[in-house]
Amino acid sequence: MIAFFFIIIYLGPMVLMIIVMCVQIKCFHEIITIGYNVYHSYDLPWFRTLSWYFLLCVNYFFYGETVTDYFFTLVQREEPLRILSKYHRFISFTLYLIGFCMFVLSLVKKHYRLQFYMFGWTHVTLLIVVTQSHLVIHNLFEGMIWFIVPISCVICNDIMAYMFGFFFGRTPLIKLSPKKTWEGFIGGFFATVVFGLLLSYVMSGYRCFVCPVEYNNDTNSFTVDCEPSDLFRLQEYNIPGVIQSVIGWKTVRMYPFQIHSIALSTFASLIGPFGGFFASGFKRAFKIKDFANTIPGHGGIMDRFDCQYLMATFVNVYIASFIRGPNPSKLIQQFLTLRPDQQLHIFNTLRSHLIDKGMLTSTTEDK
Amino acid sequence: MLELRHRGSCPGPREAVSLPHREGEAAGGDHETESTSDKETDIDDRYGDLDSRTDSDIPEIPPSSDRTPEILKKALSGLSSRWKNWWIRGILTLTMISLFFLIIYMGSFMLMLLVLGIQVKCFHEIITIGYRVYHSYDLPWFRTLSWYFLLCVNYFFYGETVADYFATFVQREEQLQFLIRYHRFISFALYLAGFCMFVLSLVKKHYRLQFYMFAWTHVTLLITVTQSHLVIQNLFEGMIWFLVPISSVICNDITAYLFGFFFGRTPLIKAAYVLSKYQYFVCPVEYRSDVNSFVTECEPSELFQLQTYSLPPFLKAVLRQERVSLYPFQIHSIALSTFASLIGPFGGFFASGFKRAFKIKDFANTIPGHGGIMDRFDCQYLMATFVHVYITSFIRGPNPSKVLQQLLVLQPEQQLNIYKTLKTHLIEKGILQPALKV
Repeated sequence: MIAFFFIIIYLGPMVLMIIVMCVQIKCFHEIITIGYNVYHSYDLPWFRTLSWYFLLCVNYFFYGETVTDYFFTLVQREEPLRILSKYHRFISFTLYLIGFCMFVLSLVKKHYRLQFYMFGWTHVTLLIVVTQSHLVIHNLFEGMIWFIVPISCVICNDIMAYMFGFFFGRTPLIKLSPKKTWEGFIGGFFATVVFGLLLSYVMSGYRCFVCPVEYNNDTNSFTVDCEPSDLFRLQEYNIPGVIQSVIGWKTVRMYPFQIHSIALSTFASLIGPFGGFFASGFKRAFKIKDFANTIPGHGGIMDRFDCQYLMATFVNVYIASFIRGPNPSKLIQQFLTLRPDQQLHIFNTLRSHLIDKGMLTSTTEDK
Repeated sequence: MLELRHRGSCPGPREAVSLPHREGEAAGGDHETESTSDKETDIDDRYGDLDSRTDSDIPEIPPSSDRTPEILKKALSGLSSRWKNWWIRGILTLTMISLFFLIIYMGSFMLMLLVLGIQVKCFHEIITIGYRVYHSYDLPWFRTLSWYFLLCVNYFFYGETVADYFATFVQREEQLQFLIRYHRFISFALYLAGFCMFVLSLVKKHYRLQFYMFAWTHVTLLITVTQSHLVIQNLFEGMIWFLVPISSVICNDITAYLFGFFFGRTPLIKAAYVLSKYQYFVCPVEYRSDVNSFVTECEPSELFQLQTYSLPPFLKAVLRQERVSLYPFQIHSIALSTFASLIGPFGGFFASGFKRAFKIKDFANTIPGHGGIMDRFDCQYLMATFVHVYITSFIRGPNPSKVLQQLLVLQPEQQLNIYKTLKTHLIEKGILQPALKV
């Protein structure tokens, strides 16, 4: 599996996107199948069709939003795509509504409760699986490093916690998972932070990992070529006195990204396991040993991805809050759809703001 | 074996009804258990009735006590029970409608508070049903967690909405600035805290129940909180976008019962005509920092200015008029009414199916004679989303103050680049004269 992972990284962002989508569909399938087994509802009229239909709708909605943002120029060129993207929300809502009406029409007298349970089950599964996978893809488009480092940190934490627990483990961590120990938890935390630092150091050097994925109009393909931002340029940091005496260095050259990677690794070690406990609790609640039997010896796809559950959301929120501001080209697009008087108002406000900041010098009369 | 199972189940006379079936179910029905050596098998079997295939063996949940006020009871003591019911319903309907008008008069802020109050009550009703279905009222932590999640999600949504609309108010206060800038992160951290509390609160004997309640809470949040926030966004677009859809649904409810499809729509077109004349209803709600309150004053957009339309020939013959002056909004109101008539009822069927599935007569007994708040609002369920999607797709472009806000957050070099692009664009379009030397 690890070898597979490396091959896929080599193939590029488009393939990664497709892989994420397949993983998402398989996870959805596994959880829904568990629902069928729990409720013995495999023969329920229409329900299998409806679940897949809702999956399709929600995916269509999310992919449409992503595609519109990132492939703006491509979309504007093709007439049918332009119309689809302009009325995207309306079309998605209509599709969802059709599914909803089908559900209501399919309610059968003796099976109301069961059908409502499955409806609720499908929606919660969609909420978990599909939103996470789309946040993963957003992170991917921000730069492959934002996709690879978090996932690797979670995997590393899994493995390191197991190793530390194996060699040193004595105090159990939580009743839900009797095999996890405090020693494993803390050891895993430190090991993951170190691993994160090393991995980010290695990856920040390469443009193909660090640049946002863009669609190039001329070559009609994805390019990952850019001038690396400040985050990925080596900088000198002064080591605080305490550590200076230990290591004997005055300054260290690091990428600023490595500092962010400490935050990511910390989250992966501390909160990631809660995703694992959630999945363990779920398996115990529904009395299943593994989510499915897809991977021999490892269980289903969900078993591999349960800790990643919260990581993707965290990375996305982290990027949106601390790293990236709003997308300038998207803002220009929005600006161009406003009314002329609104455009003028914004333009003037921006102008006075820039003048205040000293970026512009004004010696003119106002229009 | 029987005693063990019986001891494990919750007390209550209604359990006696389902006991014989449970025995049969447990004997034959452990096929979902796969391998884990779980000592919970016996105790979890009481969930057999929760997961049963058919509804027939599910005990009926008795409704809570009658809450008709004493005054009404005394005044109507002379009438027979059938008419009493009608009178109670009628009086409460009139009370609700007049309250509604009073609140409209008081303005958009009160309406927003009203929507919030309704949302909290709906959430409470649905969660209470969940507790009764699963007998989980005593589950550790769970009531706290449900309310906590409600608070988190509301905080997230209100933060997003409020920040947009009260940009000037927010700019002034330093602490609010910090909260706005890291809003998503703070909301996520709050949600995470709730999630971790849930995981830590998992108790050995009650895993399945806790997961059910967790899912029930989330689906309820998805339904009630998102809808209510879309309603508030519609409200801020202009009170008419709030009043006309809600009235459509209510009107459709009443008149579909009496007259059928066609008459459900005509009064709405007239209502749209009347409301479109007043700025109070038509203008987007804005917060003015000088006055420190909400104002609805503006130049009405083209949607709310009378235009003359030439009628197509067959209508000309019927109405014997060449032209008609309409507000363009009235044409949109036809779309809104059509949705309310055709799809709105599906929300009602969904709620009826839900009530039949869980064998309850009404969601709650909050309003005497009418049932709970959810009973009144079940048809509105999809309407709010539709109106919001309709507005964003067909009416309004992006919100200018939001665009401005985002512009001001960018790096100075990016701002300069954008400024230059905008300048060339505006000059091309002739909106800006090239006299500016900057």
